[in-house]
Amino acid sequence: MLRTIVRRLIAVPLLLLGVVTIAFLLSNMTKGDPLVAIVGERQMTNPEVVAAAKARWGLDRPLPERYLVYVGNLLTGDLGTSFRTKRPVAQDLMVRLPATLELVIAAMIVGIVGGISLGVAAAHFRDKGMDHAARVLALLGSSVPVFWSGLLMLYVFSVLLGWLPGPGRLDPRMAAPPAVTGFYTVDALLAGDLPAFVDAARRLVLPAIVLGWAVLGIITRLVRASMLDVLGQDYILAARSKGATERRVLFNHALRNAMIPTLTIIGFSFAYLITGAVLTEAVFSWPGIGTYAVDAARALDYPAIIGVTIVGGAAFLLTNLVTDVAYALADPRVKLG
Amino acid sequence: MTDATLPAATPAVRRRRTRPQWLTLPVIIGIAIIAFWVIVAVTVPLWTPYDPLMIAGRRLQPPSAAHWLGTDALGRDVLVRTLYGARYSLPIAVIVVAVAVAIGSALGAIAGYLGGLADSVIMRLVDVTLAFPPILLAMAVTAALGPGLDNAAIAMVAVSWPVYARLMRAQVLSLRGREHVEAAIAAGASRPRVLIRHILPLAWSPTLVNATMDLGQIVLLAASLSFIGLGALPPTPEWGQMISEGAVHFYSWWIAFGPGMAILSMVLGFSFVGDGLRDLFDPRSGT
Repeated sequence: MLRTIVRRLIAVPLLLLGVVTIAFLLSNMTKGDPLVAIVGERQMTNPEVVAAAKARWGLDRPLPERYLVYVGNLLTGDLGTSFRTKRPVAQDLMVRLPATLELVIAAMIVGIVGGISLGVAAAHFRDKGMDHAARVLALLGSSVPVFWSGLLMLYVFSVLLGWLPGPGRLDPRMAAPPAVTGFYTVDALLAGDLPAFVDAARRLVLPAIVLGWAVLGIITRLVRASMLDVLGQDYILAARSKGATERRVLFNHALRNAMIPTLTIIGFSFAYLITGAVLTEAVFSWPGIGTYAVDAARALDYPAIIGVTIVGGAAFLLTNLVTDVAYALADPRVKLG
Repeated sequence: MTDATLPAATPAVRRRRTRPQWLTLPVIIGIAIIAFWVIVAVTVPLWTPYDPLMIAGRRLQPPSAAHWLGTDALGRDVLVRTLYGARYSLPIAVIVVAVAVAIGSALGAIAGYLGGLADSVIMRLVDVTLAFPPILLAMAVTAALGPGLDNAAIAMVAVSWPVYARLMRAQVLSLRGREHVEAAIAAGASRPRVLIRHILPLAWSPTLVNATMDLGQIVLLAASLSFIGLGALPPTPEWGQMISEGAVHFYSWWIAFGPGMAILSMVLGFSFVGDGLRDLFDPRSGT
């Protein structure tokens, strides 16, 4: 098994180089002229300004040279400079990373905790009302467009009912807590700023539910299926005949084995979370990497788009690797091919 | 999966089936939804009272008898625009999936049948493409080509073909060693003929199931790109574009309601039909 893990570890950098190459080629296929984004529409008629900008951003060099420079810079953690913010892309992304991570982690909690509970309940009450309700909820989660469900939830819970605050990470009248982890909820607690914590946590609820819903759907379906599978096995019958309580049978005997296939899906659902995070952040004005990606794409800010794409690809590859390894460790029967 | 309980011996009198087993209620609903949208897409200009691009009344009206889903920020009828939206979403989904299936299946079949260098090159390209989160790759491609529905369609093909290459390659690999294929080779059939006449006709069912489900996912992805501002441009009555207008006029919830429900119903419809097809081709896989 060690050999397969090592082989995966070698494949990841190669795949990453492929990702970088494709992203770089894409940015050079552009129809829209990036110079317009740099110097602005009006200055485009001024040859001096255009030439200076070309030299400044290295756009006058041949393509292979630019590629080598780009890959070389990447190795030192330099993702290039954004046309739009005029700051290093890596720096822009680092500033926005905690907001996205906080949202994704919260959504993951919603998806995993909600999905496992619903899946176990659905399997236990098979073909009863609870089961049908869980299945409808799961189905909607993976079918509803998050940019619409987000709008609707904001309207219902924030405008109509007034239970939760509107979009954004924190009330604009409040000062952000001193940055330690970059997670507003954690930082506010560390600073002992209770009002900021409450506001940040309340603003996290809706986007986390909207984003976590899709994952909840996937996990519910899988936990339900594998629970039903496990519950039909002999050792469950044995546990029941020894007089184990239903709760013990469900959670200690059945769920632990039913969790093994769920583990892969949790890693796999990361893809959904990235997709969803881009759109959820756009709806909730969440100042994370998703909003940055959308703004960059709209402004045709290629260094920023490539940067986000490469970082997303890297995160994606790493999660898959970790999932594969965790899966192999959790289930000794699994042999990685 | 150990299935200890075998079905009881079939009674002498067989229960009469009124409909085939794969035709469950969700599948029927799915077919009805898709049929509804196909009919709407084809016939909508014939019977709607308003034009999707013309002002039909006062702006930002809530739903009423005259405007069932209200009017948008320019006073256009939201229901009419939603119905016209099918004329964009449906053909785009069909074209994107068809092209992705054609490219992916062709490359996958070549990879699986020839093996060797062709296989390595094609499958590494598949691996790299699948290493991107789909929405980010689609955004990067669309941004590179320039915003617009046609470029968004190209981007969606770019993110969706690799799955079909994998599916087809696996099928071809498992069929390549079958006896009837060996018989054809022994009889002197050329390699393209063996692949096209003896292998491919048996390899379609996983692709067909996946393509059906993908139709809904492409409707969703196209709407997502338009919502971001990279797909359909105003004043096109495209669903994602309409929802992004609804986000601007946030308090008029009805502007986004129609297109949101439309996307949801399309995704559900295609995934129901896809489930049914899977049960039809492979009854053992059913839930």
